[in-house]
Amino acid sequence: MKITGKAIKYGDNVDTDVIIPARYLNTSDPKELASHCMEDIDKTFVSRVKKGDIMVGGFNFGCGSSREHAPIAIKESGISCVVAKSFARIFYRNAINTGLAIVEFDQEIEEGDELEIDFDGGILINKTKGTKGIFPPFPDFLKNIIEKGGLMPSLK
Amino acid sequence: MGMTMTQKILASHAGKDKVVVGELIMANLDLVLGNDVTSPVAIKEFEKAGCKGVFDCEKIALVMDHFTPNKDIKAAEQTKLVREFAGKRNIKHYYDVGEMGVEHALLPEKGLVVSGDLVIGADSHTCTYGALGAFSTGVGSTDMAAGMSYGKAWFKVPSAIRFNLTGKLSKWVSGKDVILHIIGMIGVDGALYKSMEFSGEGVSSLSIDDRFTICNMAIEAGAKNGIFPVDKVTLEYIKNHSKRAPVIFNADDDAEYEKTIDIDLSKVESTIAFPHLPSNTKTFSEFSEIKIDQVVIGSCTNGRYSDFEKAAKIIKGKKVAKGIRVLIIPATQKIFLQMAEKGLTKIFVDAGCAVSTPTCGPCLGGHMGILAKGERSLATTNRNFVGRMGHPESEVYLCSPEVAAASALTGYITHPSKI
Ligand code: SF4
Repeated sequence: MKITGKAIKYGDNVDTDVIIPARYLNTSDPKELASHCMEDIDKTFVSRVKKGDIMVGGFNFGCGSSREHAPIAIKESGISCVVAKSFARIFYRNAINTGLAIVEFDQEIEEGDELEIDFDGGILINKTKGTKGIFPPFPDFLKNIIEKGGLMPSLK
Repeated sequence: MGMTMTQKILASHAGKDKVVVGELIMANLDLVLGNDVTSPVAIKEFEKAGCKGVFDCEKIALVMDHFTPNKDIKAAEQTKLVREFAGKRNIKHYYDVGEMGVEHALLPEKGLVVSGDLVIGADSHTCTYGALGAFSTGVGSTDMAAGMSYGKAWFKVPSAIRFNLTGKLSKWVSGKDVILHIIGMIGVDGALYKSMEFSGEGVSSLSIDDRFTICNMAIEAGAKNGIFPVDKVTLEYIKNHSKRAPVIFNADDDAEYEKTIDIDLSKVESTIAFPHLPSNTKTFSEFSEIKIDQVVIGSCTNGRYSDFEKAAKIIKGKKVAKGIRVLIIPATQKIFLQMAEKGLTKIFVDAGCAVSTPTCGPCLGGHMGILAKGERSLATTNRNFVGRMGHPESEVYLCSPEVAAASALTGYITHPSKI
C-alpha cells in the first residue's frame, strides 16, 4: 500500500483529550466526533484538513485515555495516516484495531511537506525536502490483523 | 534469563512456560471491563461482527460511571444501549446508578480482581489493579469487543523498569506524592510500552490504597502496567473482598529489567503536577502562592475511604475559604455510605463542601464541576491536560488528598502542615 499527502504538524505528547475532548464523548458517531477533532489546540484543523492529508506528531502521540473515539475522529476527518516519532501504546493498538494507518518515523517533517509513504517497503519520501527515510514495517502478527480488516475479523 | 512478574502472568495466560520481551502473544482473559463511554463503541463492534455471544457472562464488568447519573440526553442514550446489551447478554456485573462507582475503585471492592489475574479494560486507568498483583491494562473498544466475544487479547510482552522502594513515607505524604514524584522524574513517556514493577522493603509500609493510587497513574508515565508484589497487605485485602483465591506470581531473581530506579520513600515530599502534564511536578519550595477556584477530591486515583478520612481530619471544624467550590466525590456507594456512617459527610458539609454521589464527573470534564475560562482547579485526579476539566483555557493542578484538603481551607495551594 502506498499513499501521498500533505503534512499537518503538531508537537510532542498530543493527548487524546485534545484529539477529541471528553465533553464530546457522549456520542460515538464518527462524523460528529470528527467535527471536533483537535479543536482545543487547533481551531482551524477541521476546516483546513483535506482528504488524504497526513497528521504528523512528535513523541508519545495519542497519550492519555483509551478512547477509540480518538483514532475514529482522526480517520473520519480525512487523515490517511498518522506519522509520529513514537505512539502511546493504547493509541497504537486502537489505530491497528480500527484500521487507521500509523507510522513510527523519527526524522523531522515540516508543516505542509508533501509525503509519500510505502507501507510494505517501510519507506517515507519527503517530496518537498527531497529526502527519504525508512521505518520498520509491521510484524506479520499485526499485518495479519490489518490485512483482515481489523481485530474482530482476524479472530473469526 | 528469568521473567518479571508481568511476564510470568502473561506466559501463564498464554499457555506458555516462557515468554520473551517483544514476543506477540494471544492470552486468555479473566475479566473484561468497559464503561459508559467505551462500551457503546465496543457493543457496536460486537454486533457488527455478528458475534454469537459473550465468552463468559460472569467475566465481563460494565460500569456506568463517566457521565452518570446521565448528564444529558446523549449520555442517557449511551447508558441505555449498554443497559440493554447487559440485559440481553445476561452480564452479571453490570453496575448502574445506585450500585455503581468509579470503575477502578469498584472492581477491587467487589472482589472481581485477585492476584494473578489478567484483566483488560476499555479505560486507560485499568492499570490500577496491579496493586493486587494482577496484570491489568487499558485497551480500546475493539479490544474490548474481541475480549467480550472470545475471552482473548493480543499483547506484546513488555520489558520492565524496577522501582526499588526503601524507607517509609513521612507525615502528610501518601501514594499520590510517590507516583507524581516518579512521573516528574521519568516523564510522561518514561515507561512507554513497559511495565513498572515495584519492589523492595519499602513496599510493606504502603497501604493497599497507596498502591492503588500508584498503579493507577502508571499510564501517566506511558506504562503498559504497574504492578506490586503480593504480600500480607494484599492477601488481607483480597480475603476481605473476594471469594476467589489469589494466585501468586513472583519475579525471578534473575529477571531482566531495563533499569532499576531507587526511591527512598522517606525523602518523597508533597508533590503537585502543574498544568498541562502530570510530569510537570513541583514541590512546595519551588512555587509561591497559587490561588484556586475549585478543589476536587475524588476519582479512581484518590476517591477511596482513606483519602476522605485524611481530608476530613484536616477540614474538621473549619470552613472552606470564601469564594472557592469544594467537591467531595466518593468513588463508590460503599464509600459514600461509610462516610455518612462515620461522620465524614457531616464534617464536609459543615465546612461548606458539596458531597456528591459517585461519578467520574469533573475528572474528565464531563459534568459536576466544569471550569470556566481562566479558572483553576486543584484536584486529586490524575490528568491535567489542556481542557481536561472544562474550558481549554482553564487549568488543573494535581495533588494528594492531604494537600487538596489544606488548600480548600485557604484558597491557594497549601501544604497540610500549615493548617
Ligand atoms: S475517575 Fe477520571 S480517570 Fe478515573 S475512570 Fe473516571 S474519568 Fe477516568
